[in-house]
Amino acid sequence: MNTSIKKNFKMAIFSALLVLAVAYPVMGLKLSTVGIKLEVQGASPTVLWTILGCSIAMFFWQLFRTQLGAVWAHAPKLPSMPSQASNFLTRPSTQRWVVLGLVMLALAWPFFGSRGAVDIATLILIYVMLGLGLNIVVGLAGLLDLGYVAFYAVGAYSYALLAHYFGLSFWICLPIAGLMSASFGFILGFPVLRLRGDYLAIVTLGFGEIIRILLNNLTWLTGGPNGIGSIPKPTLFGLSFDRKAAEGMQTFHEYFGVAYASINKVIFLYLIALVLVLLTLFVINRLLRMPLGRAWEALREDEIVCRALGMNPTIIKLSAFTLGACFAGFAGSFFAARQGLVSPQSFTFIESAIILAIVVLGGMGSQLGIILAAIVMILLPELAREFNEYRMLMFGALMVLMMIWRPQGLLPMQRPHLELKQ
Amino acid sequence: MSRPILEVSGLSMRFGGLLAVNGVGLTVNEKQVVSMIGPNGAGKTTVFNCLTGFYQPTSGNIRLDGEQIEGLPGHKIARKGVVRTFQNVRLFKEMTVVENLLVAQHRHLNTNFFAGLLKTPAFRKSEREAMDYAAHWLEQVNLTDFANRTAGTLAYGQQRRLEIARCMMTRPRILMLDEPAAGLNPRETDDLKALIRMLRDEHDVTVLLIEHDMKLVMSISDHIYVINQGTPLADGTPEQIRANPDVIKAYLGEA
Repeated sequence: MNTSIKKNFKMAIFSALLVLAVAYPVMGLKLSTVGIKLEVQGASPTVLWTILGCSIAMFFWQLFRTQLGAVWAHAPKLPSMPSQASNFLTRPSTQRWVVLGLVMLALAWPFFGSRGAVDIATLILIYVMLGLGLNIVVGLAGLLDLGYVAFYAVGAYSYALLAHYFGLSFWICLPIAGLMSASFGFILGFPVLRLRGDYLAIVTLGFGEIIRILLNNLTWLTGGPNGIGSIPKPTLFGLSFDRKAAEGMQTFHEYFGVAYASINKVIFLYLIALVLVLLTLFVINRLLRMPLGRAWEALREDEIVCRALGMNPTIIKLSAFTLGACFAGFAGSFFAARQGLVSPQSFTFIESAIILAIVVLGGMGSQLGIILAAIVMILLPELAREFNEYRMLMFGALMVLMMIWRPQGLLPMQRPHLELKQ
Repeated sequence: MSRPILEVSGLSMRFGGLLAVNGVGLTVNEKQVVSMIGPNGAGKTTVFNCLTGFYQPTSGNIRLDGEQIEGLPGHKIARKGVVRTFQNVRLFKEMTVVENLLVAQHRHLNTNFFAGLLKTPAFRKSEREAMDYAAHWLEQVNLTDFANRTAGTLAYGQQRRLEIARCMMTRPRILMLDEPAAGLNPRETDDLKALIRMLRDEHDVTVLLIEHDMKLVMSISDHIYVINQGTPLADGTPEQIRANPDVIKAYLGEA
């Protein structure tokens, strides 16, 4: 007992000092501009007292941790999810119905939601697409890719450059962007996929940065940090959604004889994103039941056995990498079309991190999980705009909470098993 | 006299200063069961790893049907019909039994991306055939009742049998089994013996075997090679090996 108090005492002092050391420079010192100079000023006494209070609270909490823990154990526990319900929720058939329900909701959404709501929903759909694409690489094939945003950037810039220099339309550029990203994935994957685990992560991380820096510095081609602007929006079979059509084109509202409404454009973009997401969902669902999908799974479990059975691990990994990149390319070109402007700032490492967080948060390999995680990850910062400064803090807290509460992700999926019918 | 299918001569494998395999030669005839025996650490598994392309041998010749195969990567050798099991069971534990067998047929399936995406008739047919072939072999190894169970939940003996069935999915010509009877009880060992006999007699597979269970080795082998400390010690029929004084000395120690 005595030794445990002594040990706790040391720990408590250390924790209290840590609180002071972290909180004082961050909250207790303020920079303010005086004329053209920056000056360091101390914060108000209340803030300083609060920091001290927190430090003391931490001290006592650490000191009496064991005792408090015992009290806590007597308190009624949070009901944890019964295993049966968990099993039911993770079954592929259940998840398929839920996804169908979500699709129905998504179809109805633009006709009830406000303009802003539809716009955010479009952004969410982009991230769903990215999450699903990365899921092929990370969740299914088990390759950790930290530079996924590079393929997104390649897709976006493919469309932007082709539209800018050759005046090609969105619908021609969409497949081209997918192909471009896929070929970048192929070229990167070829030498890199013999690496494993951490090494692969580092190389992909570097690749992501290289692409961004390249885009930043190829000023003559990409416009450097200014990016490329006035990228044309998609058209519906040649009908534009602008108020006035460009030469030789017709507008949507003139053709159908309805009054011009700017929300039509937003809804149209939303529907394109939805169609792209549905296409992605369809392809991934099929892949899971194809020999290729099975091979990915097998490769993730035991690469040596795969080789002994005559499967070429490099080719199989490469196919996952290429396909994942292809979806990022689609998402990227759509992003460019929606935004109307692409610049290297949109493709920083934090984007890769967010997409990876969506995959991990949702539960590796689960499509429904990814959809839910994308909604959470994009919607939360939008809803909590006033806490914008603490965005990273919330991000971190969410990750820690998830690790404690559901380390396997929100809704992990049991893989659809093929059954032998007797 | 059947013709030789696998000829190995002067095979050596060096790990730094350690000469793990030194000048091993093997001649394996078609449709025979050939065993490799020797004390623990004699280099038997290293020979297997060299033959199947998991190691690049330091020197030596390996000919499959007269074709040089040394130095090829593992998956290419496997495609030529040399397939192996591992000392410890290595199944895809998260997948079901029948999926383990489907994965192994990867090369024989319609892997065309668009065919699978659109579920073309050719794709369906290829999947159905794979399923039938898997079902056929599940029956052969007596695992039909467990087809939809996760492979990791099977009993040890069943996992061993499943591993052999999975190898058979690739339509091999030479099956290399690394201690298949390790950890099996006498009844399961008898089943295994019957299975190996059936592979040789009905499916024309040549079997190369590493095994410590002498009763099993002596009863099914057509030819036995003895390896001691990386060097070949003796070879011959089971009777010759049993009577060889060098072999007895290596196994029991000097009197």
